[in-house]
Amino acid sequence: MSREILITPSIDEIKSLMRVERLPHIWCPSCGIGIVAKAYVEAVLRSSIPLDKHVIVSGIGCSSRMPGYIKLDGYHVIHGRAIPFSVGLKSVNPELEVTIFAGDGDLITIGGNHFIHSIRRNDDINVIMINNYIYGMTGGQYGGTTPPGSRTLTSPYGHLEHNFNMPLLAATLGAPYVARWTVLHYRQIVDTLLEMFNVDGFAFLEVISPCIVYTDMNRMESIEFMRDLRRRVVIDNDADLSDLSISMDPDTRIVVGKFVNRESESFQTRYYRLIKKLGGDLDG
Amino acid sequence: MGSRDGILEPGTYFMRGNDACVEGALIAGCRFFGGYPITPSNEISALMARKLPLIGGVFIQFEDEIASIMGVIGAANAGVKSMTATSGPGFSLMQEAIGLAYMIETPIVIVNVQRGGPSTGLPTQVGQGDFLQTHYGSHGDYMTIVYLPNSPQEMFDMIIKAFNAAWTYRVPTILLSDQMVGHMIERVVIPSLEDILVVDRVKPDVDPEKYLPFDSKYLVPPMAVAGEGYRVHLTGLAHDERGYPTTNPETVSKQYERMAEKIRRNEDRIIEWEEYLTHDAELIIVAFGITSRSALKAVKDARRLGYRVGLFRLKTGWPFPWKPLTRLAEQGCRFLVVEINAGQVVRIVREYIPNELVYHLPWHPGSVPPPEIILKKIREVFNG
Ligand SMILES: Cc1ncc(C[n+]2csc(CCOP(=O)(O)OP(=O)(O)O)c2C)c(N)n1
Repeated sequence: MSREILITPSIDEIKSLMRVERLPHIWCPSCGIGIVAKAYVEAVLRSSIPLDKHVIVSGIGCSSRMPGYIKLDGYHVIHGRAIPFSVGLKSVNPELEVTIFAGDGDLITIGGNHFIHSIRRNDDINVIMINNYIYGMTGGQYGGTTPPGSRTLTSPYGHLEHNFNMPLLAATLGAPYVARWTVLHYRQIVDTLLEMFNVDGFAFLEVISPCIVYTDMNRMESIEFMRDLRRRVVIDNDADLSDLSISMDPDTRIVVGKFVNRESESFQTRYYRLIKKLGGDLDG
Repeated sequence: MGSRDGILEPGTYFMRGNDACVEGALIAGCRFFGGYPITPSNEISALMARKLPLIGGVFIQFEDEIASIMGVIGAANAGVKSMTATSGPGFSLMQEAIGLAYMIETPIVIVNVQRGGPSTGLPTQVGQGDFLQTHYGSHGDYMTIVYLPNSPQEMFDMIIKAFNAAWTYRVPTILLSDQMVGHMIERVVIPSLEDILVVDRVKPDVDPEKYLPFDSKYLVPPMAVAGEGYRVHLTGLAHDERGYPTTNPETVSKQYERMAEKIRRNEDRIIEWEEYLTHDAELIIVAFGITSRSALKAVKDARRLGYRVGLFRLKTGWPFPWKPLTRLAEQGCRFLVVEINAGQVVRIVREYIPNELVYHLPWHPGSVPPPEIILKKIREVFNG
């Protein structure tokens, strides 16, 4: 079993894993991405996996800038394609603990095909989707997670499409680990990440996060968005996943929790067993 | 067959071009293949799927070609020689990622077994319409190294060269084949392993704190890979020596210049071509791949009829062997470019040779221009 460190790392320890020379970062005031960054750094520091084996991969977007500020092997690739890049890394070096940070547009809109197939294959990667309901970096267009009715740069009269219910989607596809939190749940995010590092398979975490571009367009202060989250959030690990859609209606709940944690064997584990069975020489 | 049916033993084989390419790749050290089915490249993934796990390698059939090439770029960044194989439509999907591989200086090998384009075109038939795409298909300015095999033997030899070039220069390298060469079955000689040059990555020899992934004191900086402790940051954004994004014009130019120079300055070492009866030729046919075989026959036939004709066969498309070509031009000859497209190689030839000296025989995809047609064109050129 893992030997995680239970104590919260000091600020100096956190800093030791940040590329402080790159500060200030690009994220807007009131953005939630930094909170997830810190939670990840804390989880990495506390994990039993050596720092040099943690790898962070991202596509393009605000959320995807994460590897740029964290002192681990980091790869900031192209929009929507962090998953297949990570699958390549992980498949040839199973010692690596590969974690992806992605915006919702990156992961499930342009990258949706990789998401569904990676879960089906059950790649041994950790995927954190920061859901700000919008394409943040390009100025606030709607994407696959934009709640119906939302005003965005490209849905000025209110969004007419439905949004993905991400935990339901991931669970339905067979992901062995599925959780959802908001940026108000720092402790839970750290805790979830530590569990995700131990999953042999596709571990998925959605984090709901405020984006000033979205809140402005929907006539809310970011702080109101946070208050609203606090008011609407219900922790329910046993929730019926079909109840997890996110709506604009302030009277609806936003259900969070650790929904799925099931036995799993990744594609990579299966492949290396095949190699062994065939007598494949690893240095061949 | 070879040991445990994995790496092939030296010897003389009767082998299909696409299969020879797999055998060569494995000898070159390829241990990861990511691909998506497409005719006429399918024999490559089928053989890879069977062989790779036998020698400790990994095969993945991905959900599309974008995923395939991204998987290859990922595996290479873990230090493992990796490749993909595709044809026109798949090669088009890979273009954005080729730019990424160039930008983060990741050695990857792509095999494009060309079919007739555009679009779905002629899936089972030959074409040479992707020549310019191998250098200009992705956005922005970038470099690739491109090998042009014309036989199963060269599918074997050149895939090894492609791996060596990719890992020497940290640049996407393409084996641009075609349906006929890929499917053709011919004699292939596999030399003993000691006689095959295999190049590996230059590893950093400095402490991780001192390591600069894009150190401009090198043309080709040593390459650290994931998990080694160098804690690299690689991005497709324009970046400085540390790999950090920058918009500083000087830094950007310096890095861009180095990335182009690493190929330009090694051009003479990379380029390959072959000449046949060029020494006294008044007309030189320029061709590559399958077309060069038809052209060779046309040259022989023309010689028999008394026409002083030679052949200049491109073995690398990029860098383009313009130096030997311009040397030939100095002997006062004319050129006839024959290719299965509407005019791609001819554009490059005309960059270096005066227009009035360059003739062109374009050909629609689906077949190879027969020697008689090439001969007819030769006669036209001679007889004005
Ligand atoms: C192929 C491609 N298309 C479009 C873009 C432009 N682009 C940059 S970031 C982005 C979306 C970012 O949104 P999201 O992934 O939700 O991340 P966020 O910025 O909200 O964190 C887009 C469309 C791109 N970089 N590449």
